[in-house]
Amino acid sequence: MPLATTTKRNLVTTALLLPSAVWLFIFLVLPFIAMVVFSFGERAPEGGYLPTFTLAQYANLPARAAAYWNTLMLAPVGAFLCLLVAYPAAYYLAVKADPRYRLMLVSLVVVPFWTSLLVRTYAWMYILGSRGIPNLLSMIGIEDVRLLNTPGAVLLGIVYGYLPLMIMPIYVSLEKLDRRLLEASADLGAKPVSTFFSVTLPLSLPGVMTGVALVTILLLGEYLIPQLLGGGKVFFIGNALVDLFLQSRNWPFGSAIAVTLVAVVVVILMVAMRIAWRISGTRQVDLV
Amino acid sequence: MTKWYRENAPISAKDFMDELMRLKRGSVSRRHFLGVTGLGLATAVMARQPGVFNSVAHAEDLGSTMSIATWPNYHDPATFENFTAKTGVAVEVNVFGSNEEMLAKLQAGGTGWDLFVPTNYTISTYSKLGLIDPLDLSKVPNFDPKTQNTRFTAEGTVDGTVYAVPKNWGTTGIAFNSSKMKSKVTSWKEFFELAATEADGRAMVHDYQLTTIGNALVSLGYSFNSIKPDELAKAEEVLIKVKPHLYAINSDYQPSMRATDAWMTMCWTNDGAQLNRDMPEIQFLLGADGGEIWSDFYAIPKSAANKAAGYALLNFLMDPANAVKEHIANGAPTTDSRVMALLPAEITGNKIVYPDEASLTPLEFGAAVTLTDPSRAELMARFKSA
Repeated sequence: MPLATTTKRNLVTTALLLPSAVWLFIFLVLPFIAMVVFSFGERAPEGGYLPTFTLAQYANLPARAAAYWNTLMLAPVGAFLCLLVAYPAAYYLAVKADPRYRLMLVSLVVVPFWTSLLVRTYAWMYILGSRGIPNLLSMIGIEDVRLLNTPGAVLLGIVYGYLPLMIMPIYVSLEKLDRRLLEASADLGAKPVSTFFSVTLPLSLPGVMTGVALVTILLLGEYLIPQLLGGGKVFFIGNALVDLFLQSRNWPFGSAIAVTLVAVVVVILMVAMRIAWRISGTRQVDLV
Repeated sequence: MTKWYRENAPISAKDFMDELMRLKRGSVSRRHFLGVTGLGLATAVMARQPGVFNSVAHAEDLGSTMSIATWPNYHDPATFENFTAKTGVAVEVNVFGSNEEMLAKLQAGGTGWDLFVPTNYTISTYSKLGLIDPLDLSKVPNFDPKTQNTRFTAEGTVDGTVYAVPKNWGTTGIAFNSSKMKSKVTSWKEFFELAATEADGRAMVHDYQLTTIGNALVSLGYSFNSIKPDELAKAEEVLIKVKPHLYAINSDYQPSMRATDAWMTMCWTNDGAQLNRDMPEIQFLLGADGGEIWSDFYAIPKSAANKAAGYALLNFLMDPANAVKEHIANGAPTTDSRVMALLPAEITGNKIVYPDEASLTPLEFGAAVTLTDPSRAELMARFKSA
C-alpha cells in the first residue's frame, strides 16, 4: 500500500476518534486532574478547598482505615457470591436453555437493570422489613426474625444488584464455546463432570475474570446498598466519600481518598489482567 | 393510608365522573370543578408552555419553573400546586437530609434553587460566605415582622440585615413506640441506656453529627453544642458503646418507625407530630436533660436563576391563609401569631407541637460553630466506621 494512502487513512481514523477522545478528556481526565490537585490542598475553615501544597491528606488516610478494610473485604466476597449465583445461571442460559427461549431469558436478566438500583433496593427494604418476609414467617409461627439492616441483607442486596454484570460476560464466553470440543471430550471417554472442569470451565475463564473485575471495581465505590439495607452501620469508602464531600465538606481529604481508590482499582485491574493472560496463555484477553 | 394522604391524592376516575355530572347538573360551580379535578391546575401549567396556549402576560415575568430545596415530609404538596395554579410557575422540590449537604451543594455552585429552607445556625455562615442574598422585604408584603415571635426568628437577621424569614420552629426529641416498649423514655440518658437494653436492635440515631453527637453530649450533662475535646471524647464513648445495639444510623426514620422495625428514634417535632397523628402509640417527648430547639427559615441563594419566582413563592408562603395549611400538614409549630390564630385548637393544644414552656427551658439552639467544626465531623466518621 502506498505510504500516502496509509497516512490518509490514519488521519481519517484519528478524526473519527477525536470526539470520543475529547469527551474522555473533559469528563474523565480533567475531573481526575482536579481531584489530584484538590488532594494536595487543605480544608477551608468553612469547608471546601483551600489551595496549598501539603501531603497531610495522604498522611491522614489511616483515619479511614476501617472504611478501606471493610471495602477491601466486601469487594471480593461480594464478587465471589455473585459468581457462585451467576455461573450456573449463565451456564444454563448459554448451554442448556432451549435456543427458542434464549433471547427472552437473557432479556429477563437484563431488563431489571433498566430500573434504578435505588428503586430496586427500596423494594428489598420492604421485602426484608417487618411487613415483608418476617411477617410471612410469623404466620407459620417463626417470630421476631430480623432481616433488614443486617450484614446478610447487604450481601443479598449486592448479589441481587450486580448479578447481571456477572452473568453477561460469562454467558458471552460460554456461548462462543465450540460444542465439538465437548463432543471430542466425551468421545475420549471423559464423564460430563470432568469435561466441565477440563474443557468448559477453563474456556469460560476470560468471561469469569471480566465479570469478577467488573463487579469488584464497582463494589469498591458502593455506598447505596450498605446505607439502605445495612442501616448505615457499616462504613465503606463510598460512604466515607459521601460524608466527606456532603457532610464535613472536607474536599481535599475526600479527594485524597478518591485518588487512592482509583490507584487501588488500577492495581486490581492489572493483577486481574495478568492472571487472565496466564490462564489463557495469550495476551489477547480483553478485560472490561 | 392516612386521611392526610388521601386529601392530596389525585382524583379517581369515579370521583371525576361524579364531579363532572355535578357540574352538568349545575350543582357545583365551574371554578369548583376545575379545582377539585385538577384541570384548573393543568390548564394553568399548560398556559405557561409557549405555543400550547396563548399565555397571559404577568406584571413581572416569573418564568415557567422554579426550584425549592427543603426537608423530607416538610410541606403540604397542595401548597405548591396552588402556587402553580395561581402563577403558572411549576415548582420543582429538592429534598435534602442535612444542612451540611445543602451548604456543600451551594458551595459547589449551580444548584438552580430559587428558594431554600436553611436552619437557624447556618444563616450566619451562609451570609459570611456570600451564598445568600439579603432579603428585599418590599417583595414579601405578606411577611410581618411585628407578628413574629423573635425568640425563634432572631437568627434570620445577621448584623441588622434580614437574610431569611422563618418557616417554623421545632425541637429534636425522642419518639418511641409505647406498645413495644414498657419504659417511658424521658431523657437522652435513658435513650442511650434503653437503646442497649430494652430497645436492643430497635433504636435509631440520626445520620447527622449535630443531633447525634449533641444528644450524646446532653446525656452526659454537657452542652448540646460542645466542641471541647474531652467532652467530645466522652460522647464518642457513649456512641461507640451503643453502636452494636442500634437498628440504624439514618435520619429518614419515619418508614422504620411506621413499620415497627424500629421502636425508638431521635425525632424532629414535625415528624413526631406526623407519626403520633397516624399511630397514636408512637409518643414524642423532649429530653428532660436537654436537647435541641431550632427554627427553619426561607432564604434566597445568591446564585438563584429565577429570583422573581423565588420571591413570589416566598410571599405566597408568608400569606397566613397558605401558611396555616402548611402547618397543619407538616406539624411543626408556627412563629407567626397571625397563623397561630387560624390554627385549629387540636393543633395549638397538641403538647408535641406546642410543649410547655418548662420543657423548652433546658433546650439549646444549635450553634454556627458546630456546623463547621471539623472535630465533630471526624467524630461522626469514627462512630460510623467503628
